[in-house]
Amino acid sequence: MLSAILSPEWIVREAPVALIVLPLMMAVITAILPRERLAWLVVMGTTIACSVLSFIVLREVLANGVVDYALGGWEPPLGIALHVDGLNAPILFLISVIGALCTLYAMRSVTAEVEPKKRPPFYAAFLVSFAGLLGMVITGDAFNVFVFLEVSSISTYVLVAMGSSRDRRALNSAYNYLILGSIGATFFVIGLGFLFMETGTLNMIDIAATLKAAGGGSRVVQVAFAFIVVGLGLKLAMFPLHLWLPGAYAYSPSYVTAFLAATATKAALYLLLRFVFTIFDPSADFIISSLTWLLAVLGVVGMFAASLQAIFQNDARRLLAFSSVAQIGYMLLGIGMGTALGLTAGYTHLLGHAMTKGALFLCLGAVWYRYGITRVSELNGLMKTMPLTATAMIIAGLSLIGVPGTIGFISKWALLTAAADNGWWWAVGAIVATSILALIYIGRMLEAILLQEPPKIDGETVARNEAPLTMLIPMWTLALACIYFGINSAWPIELAGRAAAVLGGGL
Amino acid sequence: MLTMIAEHFNYGVVIILMMTGLYVVFASDNMVKKLVGLSVFQTSVFLLYITMGKVRGGVPPIIEPTGDGGHEPVASAGHGEAAISHASEQASHGAEHAAQAGDHAVQAAEILYSNPLPHVLILTAIVVGVATLAVGLALVVRVREVYGTIEEAEIDAINYAFDLEGYNPEGEIR
Amino acid sequence: MIYSPQIALALLLIIPLIAAVIIPLVGKNENMREGVTLIAGAALLANVIMLIVHVGQGNRPELLLVPFQGPLELKFVLEPLGAVFAGIASSLWIVNSLFTIGYMRGNNEKKQTRFYTFVAIAIAGAMGIAASGNLITLFFFYEALTVSTFPLVTHKGDAAARRGGRIYLGVLMATSLGLLLPAIIATYYFAGTTDFAVGGLFDGAIDVKTAGIILTLFAFGIGKAALMPVHPWLPNAMVAPTPVSSLLHAVAVVKAGVFTMLKVVLYVFGADLVQQTGAGTMLAYVAAFTIVAASVIALRKDNLKARLAYSTVSQLSYITLGAMLAAPAALMGAGLQIVMHAWGKITLFMCAGAIYTAAHRTNISQLNGLGRTMPWVFGAFLIGSASIIGLPPMGGSWPKYFLLVGALDSGKAVLMGALIISSVLNIAYLIPVGIRGFLLAPDDAEADAHIKQPIWVVIPPVITACGAFVLFFFAGDIVEYLRPVLPEGAML
Repeated sequence: MLSAILSPEWIVREAPVALIVLPLMMAVITAILPRERLAWLVVMGTTIACSVLSFIVLREVLANGVVDYALGGWEPPLGIALHVDGLNAPILFLISVIGALCTLYAMRSVTAEVEPKKRPPFYAAFLVSFAGLLGMVITGDAFNVFVFLEVSSISTYVLVAMGSSRDRRALNSAYNYLILGSIGATFFVIGLGFLFMETGTLNMIDIAATLKAAGGGSRVVQVAFAFIVVGLGLKLAMFPLHLWLPGAYAYSPSYVTAFLAATATKAALYLLLRFVFTIFDPSADFIISSLTWLLAVLGVVGMFAASLQAIFQNDARRLLAFSSVAQIGYMLLGIGMGTALGLTAGYTHLLGHAMTKGALFLCLGAVWYRYGITRVSELNGLMKTMPLTATAMIIAGLSLIGVPGTIGFISKWALLTAAADNGWWWAVGAIVATSILALIYIGRMLEAILLQEPPKIDGETVARNEAPLTMLIPMWTLALACIYFGINSAWPIELAGRAAAVLGGGL
Repeated sequence: MLTMIAEHFNYGVVIILMMTGLYVVFASDNMVKKLVGLSVFQTSVFLLYITMGKVRGGVPPIIEPTGDGGHEPVASAGHGEAAISHASEQASHGAEHAAQAGDHAVQAAEILYSNPLPHVLILTAIVVGVATLAVGLALVVRVREVYGTIEEAEIDAINYAFDLEGYNPEGEIR
Repeated sequence: MIYSPQIALALLLIIPLIAAVIIPLVGKNENMREGVTLIAGAALLANVIMLIVHVGQGNRPELLLVPFQGPLELKFVLEPLGAVFAGIASSLWIVNSLFTIGYMRGNNEKKQTRFYTFVAIAIAGAMGIAASGNLITLFFFYEALTVSTFPLVTHKGDAAARRGGRIYLGVLMATSLGLLLPAIIATYYFAGTTDFAVGGLFDGAIDVKTAGIILTLFAFGIGKAALMPVHPWLPNAMVAPTPVSSLLHAVAVVKAGVFTMLKVVLYVFGADLVQQTGAGTMLAYVAAFTIVAASVIALRKDNLKARLAYSTVSQLSYITLGAMLAAPAALMGAGLQIVMHAWGKITLFMCAGAIYTAAHRTNISQLNGLGRTMPWVFGAFLIGSASIIGLPPMGGSWPKYFLLVGALDSGKAVLMGALIISSVLNIAYLIPVGIRGFLLAPDDAEADAHIKQPIWVVIPPVITACGAFVLFFFAGDIVEYLRPVLPEGAML
């Protein structure tokens, strides 16, 4: 019955393009709306609609393997194509669902963090960023990727800067992000230029076919590869190109932080996978060696360096931001293995980490909303003052450590077995050692939450003040997802396996 | 040697602009100057794209009207496709063998068009660059309002001082 | 729904978890809350007894917990060793619940509802470990047990509890994630499965050297077995209220550790492979060192619970020692020690709790003459001590005997020496406690006269002391019960 309503043919057919067009159009409308509640409603509706649409697309992909859409009826390679397969369909779904959850959360959080008259444009900027992320994931045209990358990035700079009414450091964080982000995007576009020189086309499938026919690697292709990897590395905060990330995560509004942490770097990581494995020829020597010596090694170095930095952070959001850099290291390590197992592991970690980190940032946002605090030492006694929020935080924290029964364990297990299978015992050691570092930095938070007494103001213990329901629902949805997929891991592993199959088999 | 330099003159300019821009971004402490550097850096990319779109001996890719009237666009679309794919094929080799590529192209097609696609692309990139610059400058204005300076070292010092001051080991709510 | 072995396996988890849900709901009403705990305990025990009988008939009931096939499947397979462990944990849960009632009310502890809830969850974790059918399931419940006991360890919430909790979680998590998980990964990588199989699952897939490395990772990764130097969590866990120490840190948690160790030796490596690795012998010496060293430390502790904690560290290593010797008699001794030590040590801890509740004394030097006021408690303590030391006719004498035979079979005189020295040390640190109570004159007879003993802190240790005595006569049955899982060979 439900499926009959959900899948009239035209919806299924137009769903890919609607995922971009709908939020973009709604962004324009939102920007001119007079009332913030109205604007919120539009954003909420749009993100929910996009969740449904992306679910439809995902189902189509699971059933048929690939969904192609030629924009404006111009067939590729001349026209711009949208191309969805097992690799990007789960990411689309992830982005839109996290977007919807964060928006529900935003109803209350934005009222505390953004000045009233700026709220409708703020929501509009969010929708643009949302559309940009969806666009860069869904498109099958290489230059289109750049356009959407910049659409999402520029709006994200604005979103980050909106945290300035809460903490002025948001402004120079946004500025740093803008400088580094633009350099990254420009590197990317230079790489695209070289690819275009070599192949004369911008359609991803076409590029791949041309490169394959030409037998892989001329010097121009290698240069293109280098520029693209560095450009995307900046966007996905690959160590040591991560300097923009801690500031941007720590000082932007919690709505934005949670959304970015869960989706933005993931979308960039997807692009890296797409380019390295399906557009370039991954069997070429220079790609194999750069996977091992660049991605895997930098991934491991990042895991250690960022985890150590996380341990010494006072601000809980900066702590989690450094942890994100470390977690990206895990994903890069998985990708760097270059095997089907490694890719599956990296992809599983990508999905799992989105849920975990999203939940954690949402919890911290709720704590700020109620008590205006962000420091680890200020989380004291949170179990007594905000028990539900604290419990969700504990669950997500355990998932970040990789305790069994959470999605974090599933992906760590996958990574460890993949590393063992590759004979990379040093990587096994690194993953295990950084898990213990994660135990230390999450342990600091847990200790404050569980064991310390709530602070006193004028001799009175701070009263219990739980987060509002619209904040609890999103954070608990993600926290429960961490547990559900941690116990029943069939779904994420199947999705990751399909993604790895796409990467193994070319576009 | 000289011919090599002469033939790759455009690329030389691209590299010089790129490095100048990047250097300014990393070396200057002033936020506006950094943005200027960023713009220079991006401009080099525009030039790179325009260079690769140029086919020696090619004419602007505008289809001459043949007088058929209404159905013309359909036909020209197909024609255009052929031209573009030809031109771009040549352009791909143009990076290294611009001269020969041009000669081959003359023989390959009756009318030789320049490849319009890079121009279209770079039009988009220019718009993106302008938007980035606008957002960047707006941010600088706000930074100036809040911090009273646009020198990064001074801002860092202010933030650092704030960090020390705001640090409260007792964990009480401020 | 007809009661079947599969359902019984599911009930192992379901009963304590339902209790954990109901307890907070009726938390306002103390009697209801404690009634729920006791009813759940009784139901669980009945269920476990059914399973013990079923397994004793040679069945190995299986249950897939998550309908997902693959390396990460969670499944239960109950075998005799696990049935015995489940039997101890569930029977002592009931006795300990009675004790908890007396202790918590007698000391007016705060947040009792939370306490009962997490104990129930911890019991579910222990049941999961007992019934786990592969290393993944075992690891899952192992960590669940760590996490669910953390709130119990830090129950008091003061600075000492925080410090203890930090070390508790830190050591257990770090060893399990840092050593146990890689060991499991390596097992999976080399064997292609983690499903337990009698006689080991490597089947010649690895050379002796690699097996030694993995075995060492396991031995130190199973932090709950408290092999030195990964033991510090156990003394630090003593900041918890005594019912936690008695049930969890004498029975459920520590026995889960050594039980895991036995499972790894029997079902992952197989006794033969362990005997071939030099690492097994090396670890046996580490265990022997732990036995002696912990006994010496125990001797120097004046705090009664701290002394008992180090005694536990020492006694646990008997089991590790037996497992690493991997001779049939030694393994049997290890299996018996799990049972006998549980009943003996819980008696001692409950006595310590009873003394604290009645007289508020924690140090051994304060106990002079207290046995005259509290004869039942000190009597139980003496019986429990005798069982731990291994004096006949106490249950604890059998495992010592088997272990000595096992060490003799292996021809390792040093290990025999360690066992004998440790027994002497056991006498030296346990018997004086009872002696002080009965034979020395009280320091302050007037104060002793005012001591009120809540009935529910006195009865439980007496019950378990009787149990420790009665088990002496049932050791033969346990030996027969465990025989199918052990390698063939001379026992006596």
